Amino acid sequence: ARDRRAADAAPPRAATMMEAAPTVAYDGMLREGEVSTGTTIMAVAYDGGVVMGADSRVSTGTYIANRVSDKVSGLHDKIFMCRSGSAADTQAISDYVRHYLSTHALEVGKPPLVKTAAALAKRICYTNKEQLLAGVIIAGYDEADGGSVYVIPLGGTCLPVPFAIGGSGSTYIYGHVDNQYKAGMSLAECKKFVTEAVTRAMARDGSSGGIIRLVNISADGVDREYLTV
Amino acid sequence: MASTGAGYDLSPTTFSPDGRIFQVEYATKAVENSGTVIGIRCADGVVVGVEKVMLSKMLLPSSNRRVATVAPHCGVAQAGLAADGRQVVARAREEADSYEDTFGIPIPPKVLAQRLGEYVHYFTIHGALRPFGAATMVAAYDDREKTHQLYVLEPNGVCLRYFGAALGKGRQSAKSEIEKLDLTKLTCKEAIKQIAKMIYTTHDESKDKPFLLEFAWLCEETNWTYQLVSQDLVDEADAWAKKELEDDDDDDDDEEMAS
Repeated sequence: ARDRRAADAAPPRAATMMEAAPTVAYDGMLREGEVSTGTTIMAVAYDGGVVMGADSRVSTGTYIANRVSDKVSGLHDKIFMCRSGSAADTQAISDYVRHYLSTHALEVGKPPLVKTAAALAKRICYTNKEQLLAGVIIAGYDEADGGSVYVIPLGGTCLPVPFAIGGSGSTYIYGHVDNQYKAGMSLAECKKFVTEAVTRAMARDGSSGGIIRLVNISADGVDREYLTV
Repeated sequence: MASTGAGYDLSPTTFSPDGRIFQVEYATKAVENSGTVIGIRCADGVVVGVEKVMLSKMLLPSSNRRVATVAPHCGVAQAGLAADGRQVVARAREEADSYEDTFGIPIPPKVLAQRLGEYVHYFTIHGALRPFGAATMVAAYDDREKTHQLYVLEPNGVCLRYFGAALGKGRQSAKSEIEKLDLTKLTCKEAIKQIAKMIYTTHDESKDKPFLLEFAWLCEETNWTYQLVSQDLVDEADAWAKKELEDDDDDDDDEEMAS
């Protein structure tokens, strides 16, 4: 795998950084010219649904390629995925998962479960871990488990969690979210929790910025909004 | 009744002029000549009973298992050629396992039924392969719909869902007996006894070899997992069935004497 990485003409320092310090900021690991969703993404579950949030900045180096991008992609009616890392990789992953999920839904005859979407994404991220640079958060609502959040960081592990943060901006808000999170929050409290946290991350992380996109998924449906400044 | 294949029966890849595939029909014959297998979808679970023909007195009774667990929430019973049946079970286990790995949920019964149907059917469309000489009864629990289900998979690849089904030698009379029962009220424990009786009724003492009863079920008591029925329940059903048969014989004798 290491040889293949060298053959791909990735900068040698990136390969070394990957092996030595996997927690270094993502920009150092993208291939030349690759577009990053250096990002802040977040999701939190409440009783009856989930709130997902993300910034909207997409950068190639210092140039902001898109300042209003949508990093919360739909996988199915009530299952969404927050994307961070390489924009191309995460788009490809979400396309695959969307496809498999729709075929699966037809076969089963019911809306797919969030954990199925997470299992599919994990399978792709894990088996292709050498080639991919993707940290995703899958969240949504289903009748069996209510609102659920699954986080799939770089190596392809999949963890069910009450809330998750991801992307380069998330490193600045770990303390903040650990402090602010409490179990059993209402929808309004969750929205406030997500908005505040993403705002703080965007303030400190150069790769995060633009607007905050919020997605609320519940039994009643999907509600999208965006907040400026 | 059986028409001669007359050259159209040499390969599964040949249709006869009247639209039949004889090789698949012959495979079904192998199933029809085997020990009886009866499955009933009761009010509170699914019960499957097998007439295990004893090939030899020296055989350990628990050997030659005709029932098998595919996944915790589903299991099968085989009729027909045992070795062919084992292949289907092996495939079912792989399907169930890989489905759960990929999709994170236990395989829904109807998906398993479909996959197995496709698998078995595959062997009926290749000249280099022969059809399975085994039919499979699938008992499973659907976690999302919260229902227990019974399917029968035939050698031709058709897999349909049933309230009650029978395969093998005694299937004709077993089917009519099942139809007499009220399946909306029948409990699993009651069904075990009824199935035992059906098997004893169709078993011909003079012509057929001795047999053992093997039962498996999937019900609330087993927490919707497929398990062998405990030996005491089987023995109880066995004794009850034998007694019922004696009583019936006595009744027949009484009738004869009266007339």
